[in-house]
Amino acid sequence: MIRVVLPYPLRELAGIGGELMITPEGRATLRSVLDAIETSYPMLRGTIRDHVTCKRRPLVRFFACGEDLSLQSSDDLLPGPVRDGQEPLLIIGAIAGG
Amino acid sequence: MSGIRLLVGTRKGAFILRADGLRKRWSVSGPHFAGWEIYHLKGSPLDPDRLYASQTSNWFGQVIQRSDDGGRSWSPPGGRPEQGGGESNRFVYAGEVGTHLWYDGTQRPWEFKRVWHLEPSLTDPDVLYAGTEDAAIFRSGDGGGSWQELPGLRAAKGHLWQPGAGGMAVHTILQDPRHPERLFVAISAAGVFRSDDAGTTWKPVNRGLVSRVELPDPLAEVGHCVHRIALHPSRPEVLFMQKHWDVMRSDNAGESWREVSGDLPSDFGFPIAVHAHEPDTVYVVPIKSDSEHYPVDGRLRVYRSRSGGDEWEALTRGLPQRNCYVNVLREAMAVDSLDPCGIYFGTTGGQVYASADGGDSWSAIARHLPAVLSVEVQVI
Repeated sequence: MIRVVLPYPLRELAGIGGELMITPEGRATLRSVLDAIETSYPMLRGTIRDHVTCKRRPLVRFFACGEDLSLQSSDDLLPGPVRDGQEPLLIIGAIAGG
Repeated sequence: MSGIRLLVGTRKGAFILRADGLRKRWSVSGPHFAGWEIYHLKGSPLDPDRLYASQTSNWFGQVIQRSDDGGRSWSPPGGRPEQGGGESNRFVYAGEVGTHLWYDGTQRPWEFKRVWHLEPSLTDPDVLYAGTEDAAIFRSGDGGGSWQELPGLRAAKGHLWQPGAGGMAVHTILQDPRHPERLFVAISAAGVFRSDDAGTTWKPVNRGLVSRVELPDPLAEVGHCVHRIALHPSRPEVLFMQKHWDVMRSDNAGESWREVSGDLPSDFGFPIAVHAHEPDTVYVVPIKSDSEHYPVDGRLRVYRSRSGGDEWEALTRGLPQRNCYVNVLREAMAVDSLDPCGIYFGTTGGQVYASADGGDSWSAIARHLPAVLSVEVQVI
């Protein structure tokens, strides 16, 4: 079970109160976690990553265990503490806009 | 007694203002979609409780919202898992993406950014059109649940279109009530385009538009910075236009245009609207210039022509007449169908003004909203 924290605007959009608990199919990667989120909450398709290319939107970032995972391959395994449910995967809106 | 519902899109959410037919006391609900830019909301003319909203964000992209109860509750159409959804947010250009003109003269691929305008069909409650940035028109046949581009628009010399300062967007979509297969769109900075076959094919209709500096070729078919067009339903072949500079009129569905700026203090501006019952009564809000986006002399004045242009009168009663430096954006003016006709507009300073007497007098019905992007009105 993967814990995921979405940014407030997306929690509001999807009607999610707190953390998400996600069980991805297969290996626990960014791709499989996002696939699982979008399956359960289709209104979030296109808001975190592009509908067609599945590339991360430029002003969305992924963090976990004090590390920025935004630039790593979406097929890399998530850090162990995230896979174990000890630490959440944080999806945040980048600081931008002045 | 009829009621009025005003749909206000702002930089930080949507607001719905309601009043009875007297239009004196207003309630405000919102913000809906707090924190998101709401470029446009509009109700179906066939089912007024069905509303659509374009919710957008530089961070999280485009979301389409729909209400079936007059704005009390909203959800993305087809957004629930059992609906297999997520398609309502998906705007993908058809076929080869193609390129358009960029500021430096090079060609640049089309890139979807947001929906500026939503236009529900006059003939089918499940059909609506979306005008997007980068400029294109999309159609939904399932109440906003999914979208398909009408690519014939970009085939109308799209490689010569280029962005204006605000982007390159389809910001106006009009459907001819007498000939519903006829559609008009306006694009900054490309011009006006007309389809006579429900959006399959399009042609530029910009003859007579002049932009001597930016577009020296007087016969240029595209490249014109049209800010807004409007028509009266009883006379849809007559179009009025607020161009970057110049207020224009066409009496033949856009085949040719002539200037009707007349005695306006400035012919720069963004919105233009036509009175609900008088097809020759037109409203504009003159703005000082393209570099100074505020009213001339710091006086917020709506100008009304009762002669279809050329002769204009200032409407000032109830509007600030000193130290006013707000703008009124292209989507931010609307008229209701009551008699006398109501006129409404919102400002970048967050005020919404209303007139219940055709523009003779005005009052602020909201004063401190975020910058207003769009105003639409419904009589319910």
